[in-house]
Amino acid sequence: MATEVLMPALSPTMEEGTLAKWLVKEGDTVASGDILAEIETDKATMEFEAVDEGVIGKILIEAGTEGVKVNTPIAVLVAEGEEVPAEGAKAETAPAPAALNDSEGKVAAPASAAPAPAAPKADTSPDWPEGTTMKTQTVREALRDAMAEEMRSSDEVFVMGEEVAEYQGAYKITQGLLDEFGARRVIDTPITEHGFAGIGVGAAFGGLRPIVEFMTFNFAMQAIDHIINSAAKTLYMSGGQMGCPIVFRGPNGAAARVGAQHSQCYAAWYAQIPGLKVVMPYSAADAKGLLKTAIRDPNPVIFLENEILYGRSFEVPALDDFTIPFGKAKIWREGSDVTIVSFGIGMTYALEAAERLAKDGISAEVIDLRTIRPMDTDAILASVMKTNRLITVEEGFPQGSVGNYITSVVMEQAFDYLDAPVINLAGKDVPMPYAANLEKLALVTTDEVVEAARKVTYR
Amino acid sequence: MAVKKPAAKSNVSAEELLGYYRDMLLIRRFEEKAGQLYGMGLIGGFCHLYIGQEAVVVGLEAAAKDGDKRITSYRDHGHMLACGMDPKGVMAELTGREGGYSKGKGGSMHMFSKEKHFYGGHGIVGAQVPLGAGLAFSDKYKGNDNVTFTYFGDGAANQGQVYETYNMAMLWDLPVVFVIENNKYAMGTSVQRATRSPSLWERGAAYGIKGEEVDGMDVLAVKAAGEKAVAHCRAGKGPYILEVMTYRYRGHSMSDPAKYRTRDEVQKMRSERDAIEHVRELLLQGKHASEDDLKNIDKEIKAVVNEAADFSKESPEPALEELWTDIYA
Ligand SMILES: Cc1ncc(C[n+]2csc(CCOP(=O)(O)OP(=O)(O)O)c2C)c(N)n1
Ligand SMILES: [Mg+2]
Repeated sequence: MATEVLMPALSPTMEEGTLAKWLVKEGDTVASGDILAEIETDKATMEFEAVDEGVIGKILIEAGTEGVKVNTPIAVLVAEGEEVPAEGAKAETAPAPAALNDSEGKVAAPASAAPAPAAPKADTSPDWPEGTTMKTQTVREALRDAMAEEMRSSDEVFVMGEEVAEYQGAYKITQGLLDEFGARRVIDTPITEHGFAGIGVGAAFGGLRPIVEFMTFNFAMQAIDHIINSAAKTLYMSGGQMGCPIVFRGPNGAAARVGAQHSQCYAAWYAQIPGLKVVMPYSAADAKGLLKTAIRDPNPVIFLENEILYGRSFEVPALDDFTIPFGKAKIWREGSDVTIVSFGIGMTYALEAAERLAKDGISAEVIDLRTIRPMDTDAILASVMKTNRLITVEEGFPQGSVGNYITSVVMEQAFDYLDAPVINLAGKDVPMPYAANLEKLALVTTDEVVEAARKVTYR
Repeated sequence: MAVKKPAAKSNVSAEELLGYYRDMLLIRRFEEKAGQLYGMGLIGGFCHLYIGQEAVVVGLEAAAKDGDKRITSYRDHGHMLACGMDPKGVMAELTGREGGYSKGKGGSMHMFSKEKHFYGGHGIVGAQVPLGAGLAFSDKYKGNDNVTFTYFGDGAANQGQVYETYNMAMLWDLPVVFVIENNKYAMGTSVQRATRSPSLWERGAAYGIKGEEVDGMDVLAVKAAGEKAVAHCRAGKGPYILEVMTYRYRGHSMSDPAKYRTRDEVQKMRSERDAIEHVRELLLQGKHASEDDLKNIDKEIKAVVNEAADFSKESPEPALEELWTDIYA
């Protein structure tokens, strides 16, 4: 049976090319793999191989022809002894490609249309039942308890990282875990972030629930390829088959006087990635409840802690199994004049500012996002619709900040409610300086929050 | 053609030999068809063919048992077919259709099968190496005797994370076989232009990992080496490295004109060392099969591949709603 040989596409973008040279002539016998012709694309000259065996019955396009469209028949291949079909008679062609890149059909309305603004429904239910006994704990202890509890309840959970076992954790977050769970489940790694982040992701693919501790998130830049390309995207790339239940945790952001390479906040970076969940707790109760949720979550979770907050004490509910859901912000302080949204250590400045503002008769509502992705935008919108003013506070860099995103959401969904431009307070647009005075300047401050609140309330 | 006798140690039955022939031929015909569909615009983007390297995966799969895992790079079609994934599902993923292994959302470089313990399909050079060690970690942790085959290229062998992984894999005795598919080129860079190391497998020695060089154009040699490596891992002795010397006949991807090597070099490998031809000769010489038997196998394989190609064209493109699914579990 005669087969047409078609002009091939030889690159992702090729639509036509020059048939530079035939390396066979009519009557030649060819086998699959033999080079038939040389074809010039805009980038290179490529060899074109036969896929079928047979005899070159007829060459349809002369050597030297330019602008030969992809899929044009260029020759006819016949079986040994077979006649070349007469002009017009249909040789068997492989079917023409289906219309794949129909520009209209591809990403239709549901994909890109902005969601119709619905009335925000903020979940303001309490995190624990009224009357629950509370105990005072540091964030450090709360984090350790969360891990220990989850490790007790599931053998699939293990901790891996630099100095997490014998040394009891560089910041003592894994204190006591080696004693209780042994070296099989509390694993010291060499200083190889890219490597052990990858091993963690592989172990999650293999059915375990790793907690990967980065000594600080600054070092996770070594591993970010695995966090994003391997952990966050695999579920999607596998059409839903292969999830990656893993927690990447450790201190994030500025500590004190550790300089530019050890003081970055990565909240906005990870918040950008579909497939990741991003948590940044402020209080000890949230640290505990959210870390337990993170460990149980079937997705990769970035859990951003803060060295300065580790030693702070908060009231934590004395419950056997206490968790906080993702995507639920917490209103720390109700108010009517201005909304201040923050997360993590930014809450320190937000709360201090609210206290000072109250003395001057400005009533600020302070919202702690707790999880940045998913983000409880309903809580923000509901509050802005009440106060008509918004300030965001974070320690990260200003361009492409979490606050910038919040602003865009509020612009789209509550523009008419705003009585003043939104102000995004962030770290200064500079690498973190070492000098004490400069470091102070580089960080966001309570004074700046107070000043911004006056500005948006015109007072 | 001079054919080496199979090594005495590899005890293979005629039936097994025929099986390898079939499996290798399926990969070759499948890849040729994929190349053709690419030429017709039905497959887009990057498409890395495995033609020439068939004996590597077929030999190693012959050494694997149920439950063993495998993971590789973007040059993954052969690995998927060799571990028993459905050619229809693979081809339909290449055409980006709903019937593909990733519903059309992964493409040539990103396919997975939980059922067959195939863990992808990774596009970042070297990234699958720690991932493979992590899979092995999960098996060791669970206390079973599964082994993970972690495949990577000669180019990937220069990535730092490979050595981070070697160190931890040995430190923790992980049951992982590191398979370096040395096809002599990383895109257009030959091994000699990328390293002064005389061999890639010997680098494992720095971490205490044993290994060896294997003739990747001889499926029986690959199988024998695979069995040795797997036995080492299952005995709890930690990782093992196989540097499998092979050759890719086609360009790096469909859009590579492959001007960094001569036509003669390619032709010489094809005519003197072709792995499929080698098994074919063994079958005929040993009178395990007749020319007619082999022709029939050829026909069967062609039918399977054509069926896969038809399926990959008929399967619809994924529903638009799929854009928003599988982001979170
Ligand atoms: C980290 C990274 N760098 C570069 C690339 C681009 N790239 C894709 S394949 C490749 C060559 C890899 O060669 P090798 O490891 O020998 O595998 P082979 O293609 O021969 O199977 C390069 C440089 C990439 N995908 N990822
Ligand atoms: Mg290579």
